[in-house]
Amino acid sequence: METGPGKETKEMTQSCCIEEVELIERCRRGSRGAFEPIVEKYMKDAYYIALGLVGNREDALDLSQEAFAKAYINISSLNSKWGFFPWFYQILRNLCFSHLRKRKVRRAHSIEQLTEDGAVAFESDCESPEDPIEEKEMKQGLWEAIGQLDEKHKEVIILRHFKNMSYDEMAKALFTNKGTVTSRLYYARQKLKDILERQRDPQTRKEAFGEPRKGGRQE
Amino acid sequence: MTCQNYQDLMMGYLDDELSSEQRRTFEEHLESCEGCRSEFEQFKKLKRITDSVQLAEPEDEMWQKYWGGVYNRFERGIGWILMSVAGIALLIYGGFKAVEAIVKDPTVGLMLKIGILAFIGGVAILFVSILRERLYFWKRDRYKDVQK
Repeated sequence: METGPGKETKEMTQSCCIEEVELIERCRRGSRGAFEPIVEKYMKDAYYIALGLVGNREDALDLSQEAFAKAYINISSLNSKWGFFPWFYQILRNLCFSHLRKRKVRRAHSIEQLTEDGAVAFESDCESPEDPIEEKEMKQGLWEAIGQLDEKHKEVIILRHFKNMSYDEMAKALFTNKGTVTSRLYYARQKLKDILERQRDPQTRKEAFGEPRKGGRQE
Repeated sequence: MTCQNYQDLMMGYLDDELSSEQRRTFEEHLESCEGCRSEFEQFKKLKRITDSVQLAEPEDEMWQKYWGGVYNRFERGIGWILMSVAGIALLIYGGFKAVEAIVKDPTVGLMLKIGILAFIGGVAILFVSILRERLYFWKRDRYKDVQK
């Protein structure tokens, strides 16, 4: 299924169209109205990223709105060569991660909370015919597993899988290069696999993804 | 090239980020390397799982009210900044006036006046010292632009 919030935003980090530069210039001169189209353009991305990072709808709404307000107040420090979104993303991620650290939300991604909250949707028609029970279990454990990743690995998983960003877009948003993005993704997925394996019953966990590869690189 | 070099290609292949030449290189390697083949299968399975879980879309009402929420916040933010700056300025002014009144008051003992002036002097020295140290380290912090 290619619908859903994460699949429609290929163009989200197009760094700097002329219109956006003009709007930002007007914001710098104190126009609040000029900030409205910018918020409307990026609000969904901001909300879903925050939801992925903190795992709770109310907090995601709160933190994403806070990030926009902070961005507007600090708009003079935005370097126009970065484009709005990568700069804004730094504000958003810092808010989300410091929120998680402050509240010590250890189980922010517990599936009970997220499904009750209605923040996560499962696609039952997408299940693999082979071993569906095993994969179903893993889907249940996925959010908890993502919640256990460290910050830099969690964000690449969220940006890639739930915002469908390309490697170039991710590199821009993370102020890094494509090579680093790729290696973080590799390591994040390795860790995710390990956590999902550990979550499973000890007797069957080795078969979950097969034997782990020896000598995987570390980042 | 070792298998480790193919890890980047493996991620790119999974996420459809490779050129056709890179795809071919990776596919050729997969044919000849059982280790990478099984690792690739594991990653494919993980991707299938992550792809099947999505974040649910909230009601439209939330998006309609979104801008209002942001607007209220920065209005409040600006309010806080103004209030704090004005509060600090008023405190400094009030403090200055109070000290001036005490110093000029002939009924207040000399020792108390000296004590108050020494206290203010001490606070000022501490403030300047901390500020200078912060500036010194900030200028020399090679990692200040690094994203954490």
